[in-house]
Amino acid sequence: MGISLITLLAIVLMAITTYATRAGGLWLASRFDLSERAGAWLDQIPGAILVSLVAPAVLTGGPAEALAALAVVVVAVRTASLPAAMVTGVVAVVVLRAIEANLL
Amino acid sequence: MAEIPAREAAPRGTNGAVKFTLSGALAGARSCVPIAISGSAIGLVFGTLAGQAGLGAGEAALMSALVFSGAAQFVVLGLWASPLPVVAIAVTTLVVGMRHVLMGAALGPVFSKLSPLKAYGSVFFMADENWALTMGEFAKGRRDAAFLLGGGLLMFCAWTGSTFVGGAFGGAVEDPARWGLDFAFTAVFLALISGMWKGRSDILPWAVAAAVAVAAHHWLPGQWYILLGGLAGSFAGAVRRGH
Repeated sequence: MGISLITLLAIVLMAITTYATRAGGLWLASRFDLSERAGAWLDQIPGAILVSLVAPAVLTGGPAEALAALAVVVVAVRTASLPAAMVTGVVAVVVLRAIEANLL
Repeated sequence: MAEIPAREAAPRGTNGAVKFTLSGALAGARSCVPIAISGSAIGLVFGTLAGQAGLGAGEAALMSALVFSGAAQFVVLGLWASPLPVVAIAVTTLVVGMRHVLMGAALGPVFSKLSPLKAYGSVFFMADENWALTMGEFAKGRRDAAFLLGGGLLMFCAWTGSTFVGGAFGGAVEDPARWGLDFAFTAVFLALISGMWKGRSDILPWAVAAAVAVAAHHWLPGQWYILLGGLAGSFAGAVRRGH
C-alpha cells in the first residue's frame, strides 16, 4: 500500500505545525522569567481550557447532554474515579438520547 | 486506578524538586488507561472515515503517528479532496492546534527544569487528556514530569494502532454518537474539572471561559472556541486575583 507524495507532504506539514504549537508555549514560558502575575495566569489555564472544551456540548447540546453532564459531576465528586465518571457519562447520554428521541 | 486529581493548595516555585522517573511514567500510563480505551474507539472511527476520504490505512496510521491530534485530524478530513489543498490543510491544523500553545505554557514552570530533550520530546505526546491529568498531579505537589510522557505514549499506541485497524477493516464503528462515545471525552473533562474545583474564586474565570467558548463556538468556525475561552477565562481569573 503505497503513500502518495502529496499526501505525505500534507501529513508532514500537519506534523510540523502541530508540533510547533506543542513546543511553542513551553518555549515561550521557559524563555522568560515569570512574574508573580504571569504565574497566577498560568495557574488559571487548566480550568479555563477544560471548561471551554466542554461548555458548548454541555450547555447547548440539549437536555440529554446537560443531564448526563450533571450525572458525571455527581459521580466524579462522590467516587473520585475517572473510569466510573466516564462510564456514567456514556451510559447516561445513550439512555437520555433514546428517551429524548422517543418523546419527540 | 485513575483517581481524579484534586487541586489542593498548589505549591508553586521550586519547593518539591522536579523528577522524571520510570515510576512516574507508569503512573501516567495507568491513569490514562480509560482514556486510551475510548480513544481507540475514536481511532477506529477516524481510520474508517479516513478510508472513505481516500486515505489508505497506512497513510491514516502515519498521520495519527506524526500528528497525534484527533481534533486536527478529524477537521482536516473535511478538507480532503483531489487535488489536495495542502496549504489549507496546514493552516487549519495550525488553528486547531493553537490551544497547545496555552497548554505548553502552563507546563513551563515545571518542564523548564528538565533537559531540553526530555521537555521537548515529552510535549510531542501532549494531548488534552494527559495534559489535564498531569496538571492535576502537579497541583497536588507530585512533580514527576514523566507522568505526561507515560500517559501520552499509551494514548499514542492506542490512537495509531486503532487508526490502522479502522482504515484496514473499515466500518467497525460507523457513528460514535450512537454509542455515546462522543460524550466519553466530555465526561472525562467534566470529571477533571470537578476535581479542580477549589472554591468560589473559580466561579468567575470558569463562567467567563464558558460564556466565551459558547459564543465562539456559535459564531466562529472550527476550534477557536477552546483557545478563546481558555484565554478569556484565565485572564479573568488572573486579573481578579491581582486585586
